[in-house]
Amino acid sequence: MSTHVLKYESQKVAKLYFVAALALFTAQILFGLGLGLQYLIGDFMFPYIPFNVARMVHTNLLIVWLLFGFMGAAYYLVPEEAETELHSPKLAVALFWIFLVAGALTILGYLTVPYARLAELTGNDLLQTMGREFLEQPLPTKLGIVVVALGFLYNVSMTVLKGRKTSISLVLLMGLWGLALFFLFSFVNPHNLVRDKMYWWFVVHLWVEGVWELILGALLAYVLIKTTGVDREVIDKWLYVIIAFALMTGILGTGHHFYFIGLPGYWQWIGSVFSAMEPIPFFMMTVFAFNMVQRRRREHPNQAAVLWAVGTSVLGFLGAGLWGFIHTLSPVNYYTHGTQVTAAHGHLAFYGAYVLVVITLISYAMPTLRGRLANSRKAQSVEMWSFWIMTVGMAVMVLALTGAGVLQVWLQRLPTSGAMGFMATQDQLAFFYWVRLAGGVVFLAGLVTYLSSFFIGGEPVTEAEAQAASHGGGVLRRVPAQA
Amino acid sequence: MSQVQGGFTKQMARNMFYGGAVFFALLFAAIVFHTEQRIPERSNAAAITPQVVAGKKIWETRNCIGCHTLLGEGAYFAPELGNVIERRGPDFVKAWMKAQPTGAPHRRQMPQFNLTEQQLDDLVEFLKWTGQINTEKWPPNIEG
Repeated sequence: MSTHVLKYESQKVAKLYFVAALALFTAQILFGLGLGLQYLIGDFMFPYIPFNVARMVHTNLLIVWLLFGFMGAAYYLVPEEAETELHSPKLAVALFWIFLVAGALTILGYLTVPYARLAELTGNDLLQTMGREFLEQPLPTKLGIVVVALGFLYNVSMTVLKGRKTSISLVLLMGLWGLALFFLFSFVNPHNLVRDKMYWWFVVHLWVEGVWELILGALLAYVLIKTTGVDREVIDKWLYVIIAFALMTGILGTGHHFYFIGLPGYWQWIGSVFSAMEPIPFFMMTVFAFNMVQRRRREHPNQAAVLWAVGTSVLGFLGAGLWGFIHTLSPVNYYTHGTQVTAAHGHLAFYGAYVLVVITLISYAMPTLRGRLANSRKAQSVEMWSFWIMTVGMAVMVLALTGAGVLQVWLQRLPTSGAMGFMATQDQLAFFYWVRLAGGVVFLAGLVTYLSSFFIGGEPVTEAEAQAASHGGGVLRRVPAQA
Repeated sequence: MSQVQGGFTKQMARNMFYGGAVFFALLFAAIVFHTEQRIPERSNAAAITPQVVAGKKIWETRNCIGCHTLLGEGAYFAPELGNVIERRGPDFVKAWMKAQPTGAPHRRQMPQFNLTEQQLDDLVEFLKWTGQINTEKWPPNIEG
């Protein structure tokens, strides 16, 4: 058993994706620190890397590494769920290199060529899609993303079609197909700014508050099944209820972006009512994760993965749920729209929901890709420390940005006459920005700790040892199964 | 203790997911369709001249959204520009862009985009049109 922890040979392609994801994640954080510094020392790196370029790199890297993470997760999970080898491991490897090279060229383009020149060189005039937040990629990159996504979807869909069809793989596939489908709206850029903005949210909102939640739910459910041994029937039921609520609240919840961009006033009602319910699925996810871990039927040797899974559910709720809720009602959003409150929410939501779920999957899968069920106790302990350090760093950042946002609203937005100007307000926020930067440094320390855990050797924890140690408690005390 | 035990089966959960997703997707599409009809009037679409279109292209290809917000969306590093013409006037905006970067030590710097007079006018026209959009009285005050 210990020699063959990986059930299907083709799952190995996931490793490439995970390694690339973590490398790009690290680059994302370094650019983030640079941006945090530019908030305080305005001319830092200017004119070599102006703020807009650094921010574009920071956010694009985030999207790309999460996509690498999702794809790696799918290549790992789908063969096991479908109980068959991947349709074409070769295609998976080829697409990996295409995506990596295209991504690297895009980032290099951002950093070395003025953006307007890049637009000219890459045929933006044929179809103008560039220069919109998060969708800054040149046309060839956008087309490349579509090609890679189609190849990837073909590969995993064929695998599911020839094998066992589980709820988890079906939900994951729906999420991934939805992701590709809604990305097509990135090619829609009407001359009318209002229309442009409305369809832009079809990509951005219907990704992170729509179809990505299916991916999140499926990945979390998968790791919980594996690590807790709870019945699939129970977990599947939870999964469906969670994603049902995610879409029933999230689709009309799009309205919370439509308040002040020129769309009819009725969106203020629709957006407020439905997005106020968006925390429900995230709360259910927290209850779900704790419940499954408490009712576990086995002690999985990889307790680090369990911590990441539970952490995802809690921080996803705090970031996407709670921090989303605080500024989602239209009378509140009227004052907070476009302030640092949004930045606070964005950071915690992405970290809590999507960064952590990808790391959960990596944490569970990586040891098996390296030929063992779990890492050594020492390595797991370092990994768990990294969770706490990153999370504390993120918490500091988010609280600081929230403080900055509240003060910004107070000085710049609330006064009906004699309000402070934007830049004068920014000067008043310096204290919060320093704290945010400090949080960022702590976060980087957590990330370095996490990466170092991969290089700590030692005897892998075995199934038998995990059972023997179970009296110690693990992440949560086990509750005996109810009659 | 879990809410999904007892008579509530996995099949029921699945049906709730499919039914709910389809219902709300259709409802959303219907409302968006209605919104589409309202956009021309709310955005004063008749005033979208070729100059406004050209200005939007300048806005996009200089990645202005990477620092500024426009109707509250974008980065939060530099001022809101949806109402900048009302706040500063067209001449100030053009003069400001020509004078960048200020080079003031440790202050935030805006790149020099070397726009022609025509391009500056296009950009101003775009921002002027943007300022006329019915945003439900947002931003709360002139400072954006």
